Order: sequence, then structure tokens, then C-alpha cells
Amino acid sequence: MTETDPQTDLAARRNRARTALAAAFPHTIPILAGFVFLGITCGIYAGSLGLPWWMPTLMSIVIFAGSAEFVVASQLAGAFDPLTTFAVVLIINARHLFYGLSMLERFRGLGRKRPYLIFGMCDETFSINYATEPPAGVDRGWFMLWVTLLNHLYWIVGCTLGGVFGAVVATSIEGVSFAMTALFVVIFLDQWEKDAQHLSACTGVLAAAAALAIFGADNFMIPAMVLILIAVTLLRGRIERAYGTAGASRS
Amino acid sequence: MTTTQMLITVFAAGAATVLTRAIAFIAFPPGRETPRCISYLGHALPGAVFGLLVVYCLKDVDPLAGSHGIPEAAGILLAGGLYLWRHSMLLSIFASTALYMVLVNFVF
Repeated sequence: MTETDPQTDLAARRNRARTALAAAFPHTIPILAGFVFLGITCGIYAGSLGLPWWMPTLMSIVIFAGSAEFVVASQLAGAFDPLTTFAVVLIINARHLFYGLSMLERFRGLGRKRPYLIFGMCDETFSINYATEPPAGVDRGWFMLWVTLLNHLYWIVGCTLGGVFGAVVATSIEGVSFAMTALFVVIFLDQWEKDAQHLSACTGVLAAAAALAIFGADNFMIPAMVLILIAVTLLRGRIERAYGTAGASRS
Repeated sequence: MTTTQMLITVFAAGAATVLTRAIAFIAFPPGRETPRCISYLGHALPGAVFGLLVVYCLKDVDPLAGSHGIPEAAGILLAGGLYLWRHSMLLSIFASTALYMVLVNFVF
């Protein structure tokens, strides 16, 4: 394509963006329902801990990682300890490193869109952007940007609704906080079903239980994470054998 | 926690998240081999981490006092059973939280 004058260029860019939005939106519909409901749950949970109504909104904008936000909410209700929060979120989201590895090539050459695409790469956004080939004629950068942005917006809307509702109602209802336990039980089982080996899952539960028994409820997270890293490293031979040749790469 | 402390905590969590998502682009540019121990941890850690988080949720449960952890156990059994049966995350969360709320508010 040759250089065009600025006005047609802008119109073309707008057109590209619009086509990509139309192509991207249908792929995000299943996420719309899931994120709004889970966001509401997360917001209500935060409210039940007595956090301000805007906290779920802020977390949904700044953190944008579902399971981590539940844990951060529970820590916001406790003593000020940002280093533990940092470490815990790091390990909860450690899997995103591998999303990054899978997207290295695909995010290349996307210029100003790239930082936001990387920032917004939560599980669901990654799965769509990784697995979906945009239709012919649709700009890939814009397509991925819309997927990321739409999912982010669904999450913000859900968390805000839950936060407002939670701050008004949920503080007075006991038991809402169980939603976080249920969420992690479900993710744990989902991971269990997908995993070729269960040694690491058992290690996680046992190491955490041991750390909890030794260090007590307020201080066990960091020791538990260290124990898990040590145990998983020591068991590497057995765990890798269970993965077989798949140990090298899943993608 | 003061509002400032809350903001610091939230931004620390945001920074940790960004780090996990961006590090591949900084440390392992295309063409460079990912260290084997890193890709091993990527496979082995998630199962362990979610096990840890389940324990984290139960850290304040005392089996020897109060309701003896019975509402928690019932909720987990329902959440897990429903999930294995229907594979719906939201159904599991809502049903088990409802059960738990009924138990702690009306039974125990």
C-alpha cells in the first residue's frame, strides 16, 4: 500500500478497528457471562470483608487476575504486608509466564498495542487470543486488543456491581466469604483433571498444611511457597516421568 | 489498614501480575531457549499453587472449636461433587456458598 493522505488513513484505521471489534465480540460472549458473575462474586466477597465499595473496581482495573484478586481482598482485610501480597500474587500468577512465551511471536510488531496486550493477558483472554485465528481481512492486532479490552471491561463491570452491592448488603450476611473457598476448590479440581500427574497437587496441599501447622494462620504463606518450590524441585524426576515426553512443551 | 496502605497493597499485587505476564517478553525473546527448569516449573506448579490456595481459604477453620469445620467440609464436598458432575464453575460456587450460608446462619 502506498502512503495515503492523513484523513483517508484515519478512516481506514477506524474501519480496521471496527471490523476487528465485530469479529472479536462473539468470541468474548462466553467470557461476558462468566466474568460478570465471577466479578460480582469477587466484589461481594470484598464487601463482606468490610472493604470500601470502590476497592473491587480498583483491583479489577489494576490487577485484572481473578483468583489473585480474591486473595488480595482477603489480605486487605488483614495486616499491612505488601511484600507477602507481592510474593503470593507472583506465585498465583506464575503460570502467566508461559502464556507470554506462547505469545512472543504473535505480539511482535504490534507497537503501541503490545503493552496493553501483555498487561491484560489473563487466562481467558490468553485462551481466546492463542486459539483463535481472526477471519481473513481482520487485523490481528486490533482483534486481540478488542478481546483483551472487552474481557477487561466485563470484569470491571462485574466487580463494580459486586462491590457496590457487597458494601451495602453483604457485610451483614455471614458466609459470603465461602465463595473464595469454592472457587479454589473448583480450580484445583479442574487442574487435577487436566494434569497428567497429581504428585504436585498433593505436594501443594501437604506442604501448605505442614506450613500452616508450624507457622500458624498469619505467617504460613511464604514458608508454604518455599516448601512447595523445594518439594517440587526434589520430586522433579518423578513428576517429569509422569509427564513423559510432554515435559518439554505443551504448546 | 489505611487507604494508603490498601493502595500500596493493590499496586504491589498489580506489579506482581504485570511481572508474570511481561517477563517472557523481557527475558526470553524469540530464538532464545527457555531454561528447562523454568518450563518444568510451569507444568508442575499450578496444581500445587491451587492446593495451597485451598488450604489458605481454610486457615482459620478450627476443627476443635465452633462448628468444627463442618460447614466448610459440607461446602467443599458440594462444590467438588457438583463440579465433577456438571463442570460448571459458577453453579458450584453459588450452590456451595448458599449451602454454607444456610449452615452458618441457621444451623450452627
